[in-house]
Amino acid sequence: MNALIASFIRIMAVCSKEMIHLVHDRLTFGMVVMIPLFQLVLFGYTINTDVRNVPAGIVDQVNNSFTRKLIGDLQASQVVDFTKVANTPRELETLIRNGEVNAGIIIPHDVEKRYYSGEGDIAQILVDGSDTTLASAVRALSSFPFSPDQTISNRSRAGSFSVRLLYNPERRSSLFTVPGLLGVILTMTMIMFTSIAIVRERERGNMELLITTPVRNLELMVGKITPYVGIGLIQVSVILFLGVLLFRVPVVGKLPQVYAACLLFILANLTLGLMISTLVKNQLAAMQMSFFLLLPSILLSGFMFPFVAMPKIAQQIAEVLPLTHFLRIIRGIILREEPMSQMMSDITFLALFALVFLIISTIRFSKRLE
Amino acid sequence: MKDIITVSGLTKRFGTFTAVDGVDMSIPPQTVYGFLGPNGSGKTTAIRMMCGLLQPTAGKIEVLGMNIPEQTEQIRRQVGYMTQKFSMYGDLSVYQNMRFMARIMGVYGRGMEQRIAHLLERFKLDTFSRRSAGSLSGGQKRRLALAASVIHKPKLLLLDEPTSEVDPNTRREFWDELFVMCEAGTTILVTTHLMDEAERCHHLAIINEGCKVADGTPTDLKSGIGADICQVQGPDISELRSVFSGEKRILATARIGMAIRVITEKGVEPGCQWLSTFLADYQVSVEPAEPSIEDVFVMATRDNRGAEQG
Ligand SMILES: Nc1ncnc2c1ncn2[C@@H]1O[C@H](COP(=O)(O)OP(=O)(O)OP(=O)(O)O)[C@@H](O)[C@H]1O
Ligand SMILES: [Mg+2]
Repeated sequence: MNALIASFIRIMAVCSKEMIHLVHDRLTFGMVVMIPLFQLVLFGYTINTDVRNVPAGIVDQVNNSFTRKLIGDLQASQVVDFTKVANTPRELETLIRNGEVNAGIIIPHDVEKRYYSGEGDIAQILVDGSDTTLASAVRALSSFPFSPDQTISNRSRAGSFSVRLLYNPERRSSLFTVPGLLGVILTMTMIMFTSIAIVRERERGNMELLITTPVRNLELMVGKITPYVGIGLIQVSVILFLGVLLFRVPVVGKLPQVYAACLLFILANLTLGLMISTLVKNQLAAMQMSFFLLLPSILLSGFMFPFVAMPKIAQQIAEVLPLTHFLRIIRGIILREEPMSQMMSDITFLALFALVFLIISTIRFSKRLE
Repeated sequence: MKDIITVSGLTKRFGTFTAVDGVDMSIPPQTVYGFLGPNGSGKTTAIRMMCGLLQPTAGKIEVLGMNIPEQTEQIRRQVGYMTQKFSMYGDLSVYQNMRFMARIMGVYGRGMEQRIAHLLERFKLDTFSRRSAGSLSGGQKRRLALAASVIHKPKLLLLDEPTSEVDPNTRREFWDELFVMCEAGTTILVTTHLMDEAERCHHLAIINEGCKVADGTPTDLKSGIGADICQVQGPDISELRSVFSGEKRILATARIGMAIRVITEKGVEPGCQWLSTFLADYQVSVEPAEPSIEDVFVMATRDNRGAEQG
């Protein structure tokens, strides 16, 4: 019992010491708020791959309730904005060539028959290919789920349901980006903070004293990461607050799940940082290594590029990155309101990841100077 | 009572370089044991091995009846270590540093504040308790480090050059403190290259190039120096430099103010007698002098110096 209290007090001693370092280090402290603010504004506003309200024309050779519903749904997607009506496909092509519209839809006479037979395309979409972003945005309409009656059922034609379409009908990319940024920012700051935690003691010459004390490896590791768990949760709050304020990200009501997921992810990153800290010789190397890990996280986790569209090998690499799993969890919670039980494998991965790296760093940390 | 530290054949090699070379020593309880040696002689390396910071290449270390490095963790609570380089946290205040060390060393609860207050007062740090440790002067830092190293009332205290950068008055008080602690039951191993400090120790070991070259009480070391010490004075002493060089029987010389201290090899004819005949042509007086610890040190570490220069 006494040993347990002594151990707890040692952890608290390390933890409060670490907290004092943090408060004194203005740069680190500033990073807690500045990084989220910067990135959120930068990514959320400027890197907006959304293409909306592309002026488009219509050639409707049927003009009944079925086609009006189809046109109405496409218009509601906000990708295209039907501003012109043409009588023949030729006329539409001319409109596009003249730049009066950038896209158009040609609805053939037999559109209903095509729809119900389930063969071939329902209608043809024309798009000005000179602007690739715009073109690809409109091309995405090819898998637009359409159903003439209100319910979206298996009977809807045109391919798979893309998640963005189903639950984010306005196609706002910020809804997708903000939860992703939550993960990227946490990866960046959490790994960086703890990756220097132990090297710093070595560099400043505190290690020689610290390792002659009775403090145990595990106590030191736990004491060192604890303050950063708090820091991480503060960052989460900053990001969520800005996300709600600037981008109306719907998190209200899901906060307990969001925080629980973030906590798990924070722990995974902190222990990874700790492991780096036991590997490297100086703070610069720690920074470089953190950065080295950050890049694949950003590129492969599904933050930048859709996970499913990546080559198999990239997907396999991505599976070992905590960010990949976190993105699945957090997008599931925020965008799809997916129940926790559906995400058990990702949750288990993060928990195991944190545990394994805590153990590795504890073992790797040697109370020797060599 | 059993010895507090017993070391035999202690050796440490860094690559091909041997920093500590087969050192044997034992330190009885309640002793202030001085570890004297020139820069780079291996003092810090030896101490680091004794507290388990470095793995010895060869040799046996027993501290407080336990084997190092196997049982290092068990003795941590009973050993205080003051590093040569300041290793407290510069951005923590004096008090915060003390509190951190107290908690880590298992001093907590009601006793902690009392103990910290007592030590801060004893080491004259109470007026700085809120200052950041990094902003203290060199001597103040040393005092903080010493105060922190004794926070848990260790049985064994390892001090690596505790008084470098400390002014003479503070140093005296510092050493008085050491003896108070020693009388209260603490065994102290202290490295130094200051002769007056060496003189105060109960027991001295002189280490040179990793090897122990002399060992004993200061008095024994001085009486067993194996050389005659002479004090040369007079108007012509500035001309003697060239006269001395190359003379085999003169082992070492040092200019001390208006005099030259000469260490001469023992012979059939007493050293000073020989020297006054040798210097008969000059207007100088030659008097025998009592050997000092410095003479002992110079003698003990002489051989390699000659080799280094030649
Ligand atoms: N980690 C190391 N790697 C290689 N050489 C080392 C290492 N540590 C010490 N040395 C060498 O071992 C020798 C002894 O060093 P040590 O620090 O023990 O000397 P010291 O007696 O404490 O000297 P000082 O009085 O200057 O403090 C030195 O030559 C030093 O360069
Ligand atoms: Mg040294």
